[in-house]
Amino acid sequence: MNAPVKKTAIAGATRRDVVIGASLVGGALVVGACSPGDLLSVGAKEDFGAFGPFIKIAPDGVVTVVSKHIEFGQGNHAGLAAIVAEELDADWSKVRVEQAPAIAKVYANTGMGVQGTGGSSAISNSWDQLRKAGASARAMFVEAAANKWSVPAGEIAVKDGVLSHAASGKSAGFGELVADAAKATPPATPTLKDPKTFTLIGTDRVRRKDSRAKSDGTAKFTQDVQLPNMLIAMVAHAPKFGAKVASFDAAEAKKIPGVVEVYQIPSGVAVVAENTWAAKQGREALKVTWNEDEAEKRSSDAILARYKDLASGKAQPSDKEAWQAFESKGDIATVKGEAFEAAYDFPFLAHATMEPMNCVAQVGVGKAKLTFGSQIPTIDQLNTAKIVGMLPGSVEIETLFAGGSFGRRANFQSDYVAECVEIAKKVGKERPVKLVWTREDDMAAGYFRPIAHHTVRVTLDQDGYPASWRQRVVTQTLMKGSPMGQPKLDETAVEGTLGSPYLKATPIVDAQLIQPDSGVPVLWWRSVGATHTAYVMEHTIDQLAKKAGKDPVEYRRALYTKAGANRHLAVLNLAAEKAGWTTPAPAGWTRGVAVHESFGSVVAQIAEVKLDGGVPKVGRVVTAIDCGTAISPDQIASQMEGGTCYGLSAAMFGQVTLKDGVVEQGNFDSYRVLRNSEAPTVETYIVPSGNAPSGVGEPGTPVIGPAVANALLTLTGQPTLSQPFVKA
Amino acid sequence: MAMTLDVNGKPLAVKAAPDTPLLWVLRDELQLTGTKFGCGVAQCGACTVMVDGQAVRACVTPIEAVAASKITTIEGLGGAHPLQQAWVKHDVPQCGYCQSGQIMSAAALLTANPKPTDADIDAAMDGNICRCGTYQRVRAAIKDAATTPAAAPAAAPQPAKA
Repeated sequence: MNAPVKKTAIAGATRRDVVIGASLVGGALVVGACSPGDLLSVGAKEDFGAFGPFIKIAPDGVVTVVSKHIEFGQGNHAGLAAIVAEELDADWSKVRVEQAPAIAKVYANTGMGVQGTGGSSAISNSWDQLRKAGASARAMFVEAAANKWSVPAGEIAVKDGVLSHAASGKSAGFGELVADAAKATPPATPTLKDPKTFTLIGTDRVRRKDSRAKSDGTAKFTQDVQLPNMLIAMVAHAPKFGAKVASFDAAEAKKIPGVVEVYQIPSGVAVVAENTWAAKQGREALKVTWNEDEAEKRSSDAILARYKDLASGKAQPSDKEAWQAFESKGDIATVKGEAFEAAYDFPFLAHATMEPMNCVAQVGVGKAKLTFGSQIPTIDQLNTAKIVGMLPGSVEIETLFAGGSFGRRANFQSDYVAECVEIAKKVGKERPVKLVWTREDDMAAGYFRPIAHHTVRVTLDQDGYPASWRQRVVTQTLMKGSPMGQPKLDETAVEGTLGSPYLKATPIVDAQLIQPDSGVPVLWWRSVGATHTAYVMEHTIDQLAKKAGKDPVEYRRALYTKAGANRHLAVLNLAAEKAGWTTPAPAGWTRGVAVHESFGSVVAQIAEVKLDGGVPKVGRVVTAIDCGTAISPDQIASQMEGGTCYGLSAAMFGQVTLKDGVVEQGNFDSYRVLRNSEAPTVETYIVPSGNAPSGVGEPGTPVIGPAVANALLTLTGQPTLSQPFVKA
Repeated sequence: MAMTLDVNGKPLAVKAAPDTPLLWVLRDELQLTGTKFGCGVAQCGACTVMVDGQAVRACVTPIEAVAASKITTIEGLGGAHPLQQAWVKHDVPQCGYCQSGQIMSAAALLTANPKPTDADIDAAMDGNICRCGTYQRVRAAIKDAATTPAAAPAAAPQPAKA
């Protein structure tokens, strides 16, 4: 463990203090001088064509861009393909996208060091890499044409997949030249375009490549995998987290026609059957008793109550818990006088993807193949390798579309993947096993956005701006089980408060975090820490503005100016202008504003809200985003629309509760989500930028909650201090 | 005991027990996997198909209940249905998992009501959850398809391409 380790960030975001520098191979910790990507790729098949691992060009001129990132809605496949097509000068209509296999050495997320999608980084980490790949392939075509036509390379133009030489009148498409281009030497340092000359990036021509397949039923998800001789597995899980199988009786289950076998595995009892319905009936006929000695038996109310006591000082931290300062300046002890105080509560949230978690695994002697929507293939390889006893790099993964993830398919334990591999190992002989979770399985499996509790105490200066800011954050860590242990500061718990322009503009700051553990597994959930920090910061600011008697947009402008937060100022100004902030809202509607930076992008929203029978109704939402270079304006808008719905769904209705350790929600009747008639109309405006691209998948999620709460503050005079707004 | 179902204009023999939900017969036995499993209890709409032109949740519909009916799945729309064209034009899908169900609910809506109002769309589409939040584009695409002459009536499904 003392060997020098190359540190590489992993997990939810690129800038997080999370490291993996070693890999677990067959349960043993192996450290070495090579990078994790290299180490984890031992045993992988590497067979790329002349244009490298990201580009294939066929004799018919079709350009295939190989995506190292999974597509589960974010539109990254369109963006990644557009980066290549731009530098290659390909014909966009002849560009298609293919999913990369799991080979960390070549397909690692450049911000994580392992292959994986997360932290809204798909485009940003690929930007330089794919520009170079496209430019390199373009140079190879130019060299091939120059040789073939005996003309200077500098006189050759490339447009829409066609090379031409004006003086000689010669021209040829990629398809005609591909055999020669494949023999050309890739340039050592390919020349990238001046972004001013981009003809595809930033235009409305960059559209999804998968809309047709996703509108005619042919898009293939894990749920749709049909392989010869495949078995379907369902697993009876313990009703409480941490409980184990004590005993089980499979006699009745085995009587169900179609049920093939019943196995005990670490996570429960698995029924394998010839079809899904038989597996489900078989599981219902199982009799399992559980040993709950080590189970989490607390209710969510009890967990939150302790968080409140910790924050207020009524309860003392245990010997495993400690307060940790993450933003501090000045001397908080000198603060005197009247203060604004507020406390905020956030519940457990389920990701509730439309496609419940699932996986297909085949295990044979020295062989394992997974076919599913893998979000962090390298971690899934590692966890599979530990179970079957082989090198992670030789675990084959075919990644399919996933019916949403929002973080759920990325976890250090590969929970549902490991479960499927355990069953496939029992079945053996490389026989395919598809693990199917029902909605209820998915809801009860945990990996929730953790409960969070914040307290805020702010004093104002004579002009009404914060003079001191004290904040306490209580929430469970997401980093438990990280391959390299707990980071010094779990930024995922405080990002958004950490680095807030409001704290920059405040002379005295004392912000501290404490992270009690529980038996409830928790996980990143679209926009991660910002799911609660954005709400606390933005709703607090409106309450402070109200106390100071100032307009909330003007109040923010003053603070951003003081903090030098120019990007915040720009999105705020754009949203205010487009929403007509200084003009009256339409009759019956009240506006609320919020601004938040996450994953490198800054989003401002102004929401029009009214109360309909006591329930908030959100109409028009004007959104302004600075996400650096905009590759696909339409997909950025799509992510703002979707992110807004996801965030609004949680703020309005989202809540998982535990009663004596048992999850009380099972399906969409008890875990309410936003429906069509409740969805707002989102307008998206993009701040022009020459910076490298930053995230769009997550930054649209955390802003709507506080924007709505701020509108309600104006409408009713009351703050909204806990989520969800609509209690079950 | 075999039963014959009329799916996308074809009589298809199925072996499943009569009380088996249509969803699993379509997916596991007939390999028509465009119809999705989302909740199993008619809460999310991902499994929506048309039965005699009406939107039905296949996950709670035993096959014996539809033995005498005409069943249309997403595959039965043929790919060039005005709704499918509108879906592509607006780039409605994100993850795409719920979209077969969204389109089938919309197809049933336009079959009964070729010129739906906003309230009609709300009422017809509230049973279809989309966690990606494509609702705004779903509404736009339905309105777009409703103004396309070929969409009215949308009752005659084309046979699935084999």
